[in-house]
Amino acid sequence: MSTAVGELTPQHYKTDEHPIWCPGCGDFGVLASLYNALAGLQVNPKDLVVVSGIGCSGRTPGFIKSYGFHSVHGRVLPVALGVKVANPALEVIAVGGDGDGFAIGGGHIPHAARRNPDLIYIVMDNSTYGLTKGQYSPTSPAGFQAGSTPYGNIEQPLNPIAMLIAYGASFVGQGYSGKPKELADLITRAMQHKGFAFLNVISPCITFYNTYKVIPPRLAEIPKDHDVADRAKAFALALQTDRVALGVFYQESRPTFEEGVAQVMQKAQAASPPRLDEIFAEFS
Amino acid sequence: MVDYIFRVGGEGGEGVISTGEMLTLALARAGFEIYTFRTYPAEIKGGHASYQVRASGSLLLSQGAAVDVLVAFNEEAYQKHIQDVRPGGVVIYDADSFSPPAYDSTICYGVPLTSLATEQVGIKLTKNIVALGVLAGLFDLPVATFEELLKERFGRKGETVVQKNLLALRVGIEHAKQVKRRDAIRLGAGPRKTKELVLSGNESLALGAIAAGCRFYAGYPITPATDIMEFLAKELPKVGGCVIQTEDEIAAVGAVLGASFAGKKAMTATSGPGFSVMTEMVGLAVAAELPAVIVDVQRVGPSTGMPTKTEQGDLYLACYGGHGNCPRIVMALNNVEDCFYGIMQAFNLAEQFQMPVVVLSDQYLGHRKATVPVPDPSRVPVIERRKPQGEELVGYKRYRFTPDHISPMAIPGMEGGGYVAEGLEHDEGGYPAASNHENHLRLTRKRYGKFVEVEAIANDLVRVHGEPHPEIGIIGWGSTEGVIREAVQMATAQGYSVGALHPKILYPQPLAKLREFMQGTKAVIIPEVNFTGQFATLLRKRFTVDFIQLNKCIGLPFTPKEIFDKIEEVAADVHGGRRAHAAAL
Repeated sequence: MSTAVGELTPQHYKTDEHPIWCPGCGDFGVLASLYNALAGLQVNPKDLVVVSGIGCSGRTPGFIKSYGFHSVHGRVLPVALGVKVANPALEVIAVGGDGDGFAIGGGHIPHAARRNPDLIYIVMDNSTYGLTKGQYSPTSPAGFQAGSTPYGNIEQPLNPIAMLIAYGASFVGQGYSGKPKELADLITRAMQHKGFAFLNVISPCITFYNTYKVIPPRLAEIPKDHDVADRAKAFALALQTDRVALGVFYQESRPTFEEGVAQVMQKAQAASPPRLDEIFAEFS
Repeated sequence: MVDYIFRVGGEGGEGVISTGEMLTLALARAGFEIYTFRTYPAEIKGGHASYQVRASGSLLLSQGAAVDVLVAFNEEAYQKHIQDVRPGGVVIYDADSFSPPAYDSTICYGVPLTSLATEQVGIKLTKNIVALGVLAGLFDLPVATFEELLKERFGRKGETVVQKNLLALRVGIEHAKQVKRRDAIRLGAGPRKTKELVLSGNESLALGAIAAGCRFYAGYPITPATDIMEFLAKELPKVGGCVIQTEDEIAAVGAVLGASFAGKKAMTATSGPGFSVMTEMVGLAVAAELPAVIVDVQRVGPSTGMPTKTEQGDLYLACYGGHGNCPRIVMALNNVEDCFYGIMQAFNLAEQFQMPVVVLSDQYLGHRKATVPVPDPSRVPVIERRKPQGEELVGYKRYRFTPDHISPMAIPGMEGGGYVAEGLEHDEGGYPAASNHENHLRLTRKRYGKFVEVEAIANDLVRVHGEPHPEIGIIGWGSTEGVIREAVQMATAQGYSVGALHPKILYPQPLAKLREFMQGTKAVIIPEVNFTGQFATLLRKRFTVDFIQLNKCIGLPFTPKEIFDKIEEVAADVHGGRRAHAAAL
């Protein structure tokens, strides 16, 4: 996987580009936690690929010294899958927002979860569309009033944690941008996990949906005795939406997509030698 | 010279397709050139199915015209196809199923296929093998080849099944001896002694992709492109590649772009409905300057259209699909052999110019089989993308301006090459520059600037058939090449001054070669299997020529006769002084 290259500090992962985010944006906390996690694991920047979709959080690749792919709206997971399968030696981090991931890109999440590629997917969840100035998103609460819901949101918010557990993600966790130390630990655990690791990170939008006052009182730690291998209990915990539980909800160990791809190659090569003329012979 | 068309028709599931396939392989192994034509229902079970194969001692350019031998398993097949059988042609019908009317102008041989299969073989399902035996017996086809094929095809099902099928073949051959002959069709062995492959357009394309170095494929099932994915799913892992069936077509191209970014040659294949939703990713590949090959095996549109029928209706989408100023290369494949070399060229163009290449095939080409010489990949030297080296990795700029507009592309894992592949407008370094107006013009010029070199290649890749400077010119694209070529041969034999030009790259167009070809023509015909004349429309933007369109839009390919008739009509106008275009070239 990632190669150690002497002592890399969080500073090493910063680029010259200054984030375009509003002062006080939760995404700064997520970025700082990412720098810390990367330094903690001594990830070699040349072997790191940060893939994103569109939205405020989509600009993240430009702020991390590595390879990056700023793709199009909602497509972070297919692109990240292609990168990882093409070169399993790369460390792949997919990032995006709640609109990018759960609305336009929602169709890709179940398939990433069940395929289980060895990459992490961080959703910076601010429950609004910040870049288009504050419309309601799939995680906005009912009643949410904004540009496209002048009379209040008539939809139910979705539950990202419950959804990902149901879809079969092999690692599901939740963090908060206002607790960067805990978040860095969580990102580290996600990166150490072998398989598809999903992190929902509450990352408030200070400009269009400032939740800095309402989130902290709802924060809770996942109980110390919670068994992360127990899927039903993890699901029950996820359904307690009156509070925002932080930590790892669920983790299981199972083969990754890339391992499956390698096995298919072995099977195919055992059946027939890898030569074009041998393949030609099948059609004469 | 042997040149016969066989057609088998019957209820789907009766073994029509396998009869056709075995006949095709047997004829190919016997040394004939073959050219199949398939039309089948969109439904899986039931419905009418037919399979046509033309066999000849020399190169075949089209599916041909009238049928010489029709095998009708039921009355429906007879009714559907009898008008295509030439007068004096042979009809072999299942006498247990129906009897054709007595006034028929064809030679009809009634064979009790069903009862021969039930009574002499003991298995009703073998009636199609009995029919093969009858064909072999009647028309002097090499029996040993059929026996070999049956052993290969049924070997895995065990010796009993093989023996039953060999018995069915013999029953058919024996029965043929009792037939009172009124026809003179005899094939024997074909003239070709060298081994050739029997490939469909889709298979040939998939093989060519492997030869070009494609090691990543992502796709979503869609008729008539699915067999490309299935072929590669079987073959690509053998050479260390992989195939992913993604959740939709957007994900397919997304994964292809991710893999290409990570250094792999990657491809997807789809048909119109899939390509429609892929266009956002075409734009991303253009903006981020990523090599990618996107194959569109066209079918009838719009929307779901006619999934199993052929059309050349996606050219506008291929050239212009997507928002913004969005240059991509569009190519079209011409015949089964060309699918192999053409897709190799597509990968080369994608790698060399770091842009998406859309490759147009169609149902007619993708699903028909032909004998092709064993491909020689060395005929298309493989090109790899330009990568940064040494000094270039110091202060590396991914989108650095260069004289040929192609910037060295770093691959993740390269020290010093880190950059962000950007869909946002960006500067040379890849940094977002969404508010820098002058920079946008520079980057747009950079992306379009590659077309200068692409157009030069496009000029090298045109093919001309018949007269190079004709009175009546024909310009075609894609799978119509063979049919046009045959029509040109027919017209030349009648004394007409005719020539045809067939570009391989349709966007950007080979303007110099087109201009040169049209100079001195009195009329230019553009035949297309679509309603509005999409290529003619593209050419009208470039040339003030009064192009004569010939459009066919019934889900079926042209026949050479249809194009020949148009040549005659146009020639009559030209010689009658009713047409002499003053082309402003």
